[in-house]
Amino acid sequence: MPNKIETRNLNFYYGPHQALFDNNLSVEKNTIMAVIGPSGCGKSTHLRIYNRIFELYRGQRVTGEVLIDGRNILDDSVDVLDLRRKVGMIFQKPTPFPMSVFDNVAYPLKLHFKLSKSETADRVEAALRGASIWDEVKNKLRSSGLALSGGQQQRLCIARAIAAEPEILLMDEPTSAIDPVATLKIEELMVELKRNFTIVIVTHNMQQAARISDNTAFFYKGTIIETGRTEEMFTHPHNPKTEEYITGRFG
Amino acid sequence: MLKLDSTFRWLCFGAAAFAGLLLLGFFLQLALSSSAAWREFGLGFLVSTEWDPVSNVYGALPSVVGTLLTTAIALVLALPLAFSAALYLVDAKPWIGAVLGHAIDLLAAIPSVIYGMWGLFVLAPLMQTRIQPFLAETLRLNKIPFFGDDYNGFGILTAGLILAVMILPYICAIMRDVFRMTPPMLRESAFGVGCTKWETAKDIVLRYGLRGILGGVFIGLGRALGETMAVLFVIGNLMEMPDSLFSGATTIASTLANNFAEADGLQRSALFALGLILLFMSFGIQVLAQSYLHATSAGRGEK
Amino acid sequence: MRPRTLFFRTQKDRAIRAFSALAVLLAVGVMLWILYTVVRFGAPAIRFGFLIHASKPFGIADGGIANAILGTLLITAGAALLAVPPAICAGIYLAEFPDHPRISAALRFSANVMMGMPSVLVGLFVYMIMVMPSGNFSGFAASVSLAIIMFPVVMRTTEDMLGMVPYALRESALALGMTRMRTTLCIVCRSAKNGLLTGILLALSRVSGETAPLLFTAMFSDSWPTGYFSEPTANLPVLITEYATNSPFESMQRAGWGAALVVTALVLCINLGARIFFREKKNAQ
Repeated sequence: MPNKIETRNLNFYYGPHQALFDNNLSVEKNTIMAVIGPSGCGKSTHLRIYNRIFELYRGQRVTGEVLIDGRNILDDSVDVLDLRRKVGMIFQKPTPFPMSVFDNVAYPLKLHFKLSKSETADRVEAALRGASIWDEVKNKLRSSGLALSGGQQQRLCIARAIAAEPEILLMDEPTSAIDPVATLKIEELMVELKRNFTIVIVTHNMQQAARISDNTAFFYKGTIIETGRTEEMFTHPHNPKTEEYITGRFG
Repeated sequence: MLKLDSTFRWLCFGAAAFAGLLLLGFFLQLALSSSAAWREFGLGFLVSTEWDPVSNVYGALPSVVGTLLTTAIALVLALPLAFSAALYLVDAKPWIGAVLGHAIDLLAAIPSVIYGMWGLFVLAPLMQTRIQPFLAETLRLNKIPFFGDDYNGFGILTAGLILAVMILPYICAIMRDVFRMTPPMLRESAFGVGCTKWETAKDIVLRYGLRGILGGVFIGLGRALGETMAVLFVIGNLMEMPDSLFSGATTIASTLANNFAEADGLQRSALFALGLILLFMSFGIQVLAQSYLHATSAGRGEK
Repeated sequence: MRPRTLFFRTQKDRAIRAFSALAVLLAVGVMLWILYTVVRFGAPAIRFGFLIHASKPFGIADGGIANAILGTLLITAGAALLAVPPAICAGIYLAEFPDHPRISAALRFSANVMMGMPSVLVGLFVYMIMVMPSGNFSGFAASVSLAIIMFPVVMRTTEDMLGMVPYALRESALALGMTRMRTTLCIVCRSAKNGLLTGILLALSRVSGETAPLLFTAMFSDSWPTGYFSEPTANLPVLITEYATNSPFESMQRAGWGAALVVTALVLCINLGARIFFREKKNAQ
């Protein structure tokens, strides 16, 4: 299978402090890549390079390459707005925009496309269905997105992310602020989403990584210690550090 | 010991109660002192355009209209400037933002009488020789209503301009706070769906902080309504209904400052009636400002 | 789906951000312009004699403004003395005795409204309760009017500053057996001291250039401020107003600008002093 994302010699700096060291990682198309590791190991930092969201902050700097479909997205010629349409992101906490459920999903559509009213409505419905939340919100599309429960809000954010037809979804601990039942729903959703999207998920929850991912990358102090098929890594880790972490002896 | 404690508590309560009593006192005193005018003219005082000390007939409308117009101009000019200045300051390098932010805050520290002098000696002549001819002739605004060929540098537009500069720092400071209070993750998710900075600001941050921003707007509005000295020097002090933005006019505050010393009897009472109107306007604005600002701080408290 | 052109969105974003920078430049520019004007017209008037002689009656050249400087200092100091102690007590009530939330909310609201009270109305109010009954203008009445403006400002800052003191500090003081009053005054207020001082200084800088209320209370005089309690008292803001606007004499206008420079310098010094003081203390902590 072709690699959707490939990073080469990625180094990242917060001002003078180096946070990532020579990261090389390949993510296959239509798979879920789980990124695990103890807190502060650079897994979120790594993820935030893929849609260049780190550029919002001063003093953060990256070297190396991130190839998406073979094109280096860190190149100046890449339009960052279009990149972020193609690479959606879900955050630790649900972040519905301060507008209605419908507008939350329609907003990125209107941003990137010229659509008629009915086209917009169709696509919003499709996105909400895609995020398995349509049945729960179809009667309250006009009420505020903030009025939903935490789990619903997070699925609304997923619907918002997939509305503009991205190719990649980045998820930064998407269930860390969600209760267990809602978490399970979101995990099921992720497995379904992988048919259409390539997913990279940062998680501190080992079971979650084992349940849903195809491949896993283990980060430690900014370095990728080990990558491989998830079953393989959870049953026969090659590196002793990985084994220690997976068996819960630290982190 | 406990006795001392409760004395202390009552002392503090008394001091705090003073704020409430003072506010009541203002209403009472202005109502009492203006009663003669209300008895004489009734509510017609509010809509009467005449102000004639010779025949002892007084009406509030010219002052009220002048107040509202200058305030509106100030707001229309200051609001977009304050919003975009706040955007820049929040986004700039920290030390640049701090220095420029303090510089803008200093605008609020300059005494209003200094604004008045600057308006009288610098802005008004400039308005007369450059800005008003430009607006009237070059932009041909003299052909449409609300402008005219008749200008001398003084009047509503000049007063509104000065007020805009005066209230800008207040609105800007509150907007900066609102922007800073937006959760970083919300901003990031806006950028995450591909917003530009401007789209993030207007669609996400502005909506999120709308109540706080409205509170700031009302605080600025309150300042502009009651401002006296800066307006007094440049408004022209004409007790007539203004027929264009260039024409001389008066505001409640400047009418009070200008006429109070020489007024007595019914005219003085009418001036107090104007004061009462101003008090109600300013009270209403403050109520709105506080309810909006209160709602935001309470909303933030929960999160 | 037809994509929207990114070019247009990006250009719009750029244009608006350029406008933002321009807005800041404009605001700072006007600030500098005003200061420059004050310095340019005011500086030629500043001479030693100008600062130590009293002003002279209308139309007589070569007067000074020393009486007005002294009067302003007197009036402002009087206002601070009148306003600060009760305002701090009032702030303490709001911050430390929250047992009647509704009453506290009503008083806090009143203070907020008083903070937005047009100063010209404060002048009218004090005129009616002090100048009218006693039959004469006085510096003291002016102090009262400025105190009314200061009071809610200091009250609310006090509340905010005391609110920042960690609750554990209060509890540990009370646990030592200290009374509520000693806890508040010796522990809480002391640890919020810098914030309180900054608040007071900012309130002072705001009232020391205040003009409108003084028109109705202090009025003006060309003599030294000896009759602070019973006579019109010289002060800078009203002197500026009189000299700069009502005088046909060029020399008086120049003196007005000189006075304007003095007031501006005074106000900005207090204001900047408060900010710098607050920032340094904050960094030191």
